[in-house]
Amino acid sequence: MVKLNPLTWWRRFLRLPNESRMKTLLIALFVALGSAVAVSVTAVTLKPLQQANMERQRQAKMETMLATLPGMADLLRAANGDFLETVIVDLRSARIALNMDPGVYDFRAAMSDPQSSTPLARDIDSAGLGNLPYFMPVYILRRNDALALVVLPVYGSGYQSTIHAYLALRGDLNTVAALQIYEQGETPGLGARIADPQWQALWPGREIADHDGIIRLSVASGGATNQFEVDGITGATRSTTGVTKLVQFWLGDHGFGPFLSRLKAGEI
Amino acid sequence: MINGWKNTRLLLAPIIDNNPITLQILGICSALAVTTSLATALTMSAALMAVLASSNILISAIRHHLPTSIRLIIQITIIATLVIVADQFLMAFAFEMSQRLSIFVGLIVTNCLVMGRAEGFAMRNPVWPSLLDGLSNGLGYSAVLLLVGSIRELLGTGKLLGFDVLPTMEAGGWFQPLELMLLAPGAFFILGLLVWVIRALRPEQAEIPEFSPRTSDLAGPHD
Repeated sequence: MVKLNPLTWWRRFLRLPNESRMKTLLIALFVALGSAVAVSVTAVTLKPLQQANMERQRQAKMETMLATLPGMADLLRAANGDFLETVIVDLRSARIALNMDPGVYDFRAAMSDPQSSTPLARDIDSAGLGNLPYFMPVYILRRNDALALVVLPVYGSGYQSTIHAYLALRGDLNTVAALQIYEQGETPGLGARIADPQWQALWPGREIADHDGIIRLSVASGGATNQFEVDGITGATRSTTGVTKLVQFWLGDHGFGPFLSRLKAGEI
Repeated sequence: MINGWKNTRLLLAPIIDNNPITLQILGICSALAVTTSLATALTMSAALMAVLASSNILISAIRHHLPTSIRLIIQITIIATLVIVADQFLMAFAFEMSQRLSIFVGLIVTNCLVMGRAEGFAMRNPVWPSLLDGLSNGLGYSAVLLLVGSIRELLGTGKLLGFDVLPTMEAGGWFQPLELMLLAPGAFFILGLLVWVIRALRPEQAEIPEFSPRTSDLAGPHD
């Protein structure tokens, strides 16, 4: 007679010899199920807390960068308490997308969304982005109707992670005001030194393009030799090359380049 | 029978007499990577101890029903699950710390120590002794991590847990921080010296040399 009591079934299952094929399969199944449930429940429950942490860190890095800029505090005070104006730039037309709400738009979500990004051809994609979002936020500070500071969010592939940074440009749009790397997962102790404040402090004052308009801002291998170069980091060649490539990509024709030229020409 | 005295010995033995790092030389990779400061060493110790104790409990609880053929896979699955959960908790409640520890919490899963205790102890013992074994091995690992972490942070930066202890030259004091201590070789030196000291005090821990030079070679060519 077959009993339908689950407890009986459970006892019978436990009584099976350990080496039987049935028991091996069932044990594997139960352990896998248990593990899957444990991992999913923790991941889903803790996600809001983790995202809040990430957001806090992003904000903190932005504020650190602004605080380290020489004279920035005065500028912000002079701006009458107005913080940076955030605009959403349409990278295809190099114009400000007025119909987008800067408070809501999240380029991190757009990076991998086929609806709001476009795959890059390999010969263009020097920074290893994969997909380029159609829209990117830009932070602009004006003083007496003149540009004082433009902050660009940039990212690209390093040695083993995606490097995210803010690149701040002075009002002439050809001088770096600051570089702040706020997210990276490079090798601790080697590539991860790109996030050291001492190294990032080498960036302010570097120039971007030469007289012919060719972007020359880069990390040198070894010591910097001209106004376009930043000293390299020993043991972090692949990571610093990644930084060079992402900075050059985003300042170039497929990144913010056209928008910055229009901004410089006073068309925006 | 497990009596009180045996439990105490079980709990204390792995701290010096049978230390997983200095005697068994397990878990060296993480011991090098996370000991640049005391705070990271503390967090890593806590995470490892939690994973080790819970994996020992779980594996010991189901040990009579584990088919030998898939034993190791089941152990790895359980350990990996616990490690992911621990990592998620760190990312939610100690975000800064989890950024500094980067991949090394996730790498607990490859730490031979956890697997070694699951296979070597929890598979053959009841739940309570397995829990004690997990805790004590965790303590042994933590003791070495904390010691190495304190020495490296103190000599490398002149601080301890972020507080100034030795006034550095940069801040107008007399102490010149040893950059070497912050690099992986610094940890190797400290661990090596530690193993040397322990084995000098307890000669029974020294291993029998696997090779001995042939005296005939040392004597030079025969005529």
